[in-house]
Amino acid sequence: MSPSATHRAIDAVWRIESARLIAGLTRIVRDVAVAEDLAQDAFVAALEQWPESGIPDKPGAWLMATAKRRGIDALRRRVTLERKRELIGRELETLQQLDQPDLAARVEDVQDDVLRLIFMTCHPVLSGQARVALTLRLLGGLSTPEIARAFLVSEGTVAQRIVRAKRTLGEARVPFEVPGRDELAERLSAVLEVIYLVFNEGYAASAGAHWIRPALCKDALRLGRILAALMPREPEVNGLLALMEIQASRLRARVGPHGEPVLLADQDRARWDHLLVQRGLDGLRRAEKLSGALGPYTLQAAVAACHARARSVEETDWPRIVALYDALAALTGSPVVELNRAVAVTMAFGPESGLELVDSLADEPALRGYHLLPSVRGDVLVRLGRLAEAREEFERAAGLCHNQRERELLLARAVACGAHGPP
Amino acid sequence: MRFMVLVPGSPESEAGVMPSTEALGEMTKYNEELARSGVMLAGEGLHPTSRGAKVRFDGSERTVIDGPFTEAKELVAGYWVWECASREEAIEWLKRAPFGGGVEIELRQIFEAEDFGEQLTPELRAANERLREQAAQN
Repeated sequence: MSPSATHRAIDAVWRIESARLIAGLTRIVRDVAVAEDLAQDAFVAALEQWPESGIPDKPGAWLMATAKRRGIDALRRRVTLERKRELIGRELETLQQLDQPDLAARVEDVQDDVLRLIFMTCHPVLSGQARVALTLRLLGGLSTPEIARAFLVSEGTVAQRIVRAKRTLGEARVPFEVPGRDELAERLSAVLEVIYLVFNEGYAASAGAHWIRPALCKDALRLGRILAALMPREPEVNGLLALMEIQASRLRARVGPHGEPVLLADQDRARWDHLLVQRGLDGLRRAEKLSGALGPYTLQAAVAACHARARSVEETDWPRIVALYDALAALTGSPVVELNRAVAVTMAFGPESGLELVDSLADEPALRGYHLLPSVRGDVLVRLGRLAEAREEFERAAGLCHNQRERELLLARAVACGAHGPP
Repeated sequence: MRFMVLVPGSPESEAGVMPSTEALGEMTKYNEELARSGVMLAGEGLHPTSRGAKVRFDGSERTVIDGPFTEAKELVAGYWVWECASREEAIEWLKRAPFGGGVEIELRQIFEAEDFGEQLTPELRAANERLREQAAQN
């Protein structure tokens, strides 16, 4: 193997092993920052040794053994001879655990560790941005520059976020465990939120020159699939994965040949990814079977499934979508859901009813500055033939939108309403 | 990137003999590991070729040849579809699969729309995908 081929192979091993490695080490040393350092040391050792020695048969076990040896060396260096008698409690225990062979041998243990790590990196003690950065780094196996590029911030900013996040987890003594029954629902919803946030930033970038960033969607999908395999009985875990798979099935139909956004109504449905649609519909069925009352992600997946099953906008089951949004609105009370509901009402029962709903949201503080409010209103006005007003709404929406591609689309829609301003 | 892993047949698979409990257990473990790493998108086993057929094309003539077919090792007995970040990752996963006895497993990257480049005009592309959609709905 050429040196560059070996490096690519080592990168692949890292992608496969890093989350399990860091999770297993965190269990032993009980500090996620130390665990990540040890894992990185082992990775560096692999980069040094494997081009010469070849990739070992069990690369994961090699990395774990190397990381543990580094851990033992580091601890021994810290504990000088004089202090050896005081080597008690936690340090001694850690040293013993590092010294035990085959700790990572039992697959079930390792998988439990990965789940514990997910709950740790998505812990509510961290800010939203910190959770996202730390989860992508420790569970997604992304490098700091990759995360920085994905979220259009500097590497320094991401590096700082990650360092602070690890420190916060240490200071707050966040335990390395899957939360108990009493707080599971709340903690799980924090985990799902992180994954969906990553997905959404890929699906409809909030800023920048690109409308979608498929790599981020793939990272989120992978995290969602891992979580669904680790918690197969949790309805909302299945619901979120179903939602993401169905939405991702539209990714390649969502941009035109020049990178311009293509909205759902205008998409060539033949371009949807039918393997993902099928997986999404299967996942939704699983979520529905496991649920009592459907949770917010499962409800959104059910909406997405209505679109996925329809051959065209006209054939879409809009009344069912309205009913699903009714349930979702009752559950979340979110004005954004109400806005989506207004779109569905327009399609199901006509633009007059839709406009009434949109106008009732005009003073909603949570929607102030949200570009989709005037954008939806413009859409409804077009259907009513009130083009001059629609044009103003699209222009207003474009002024509020931070994504370059989406802004261009909104301006084009404004122009399409005709050259004449209001009479 | 999507990959298809083609698992070849064997005299046993052609005879419809089920793998041993031990072999099944190892394969289940491997499949679980693929799933828990977010790699596996699909995977199925195929019935022996005695339940399949071939159609031979010669000019306008079509000849149906019923299974079973010989050369078991050239026949496909099952497949996986994986989502990986790179060819290297797919190879790394395949190396971990519980096979032995000199069997060779083929790994192929699945074409995605962007791989066709200029050859596939938007019209051809749309026609292609419409066909695939119809196939999926049938």
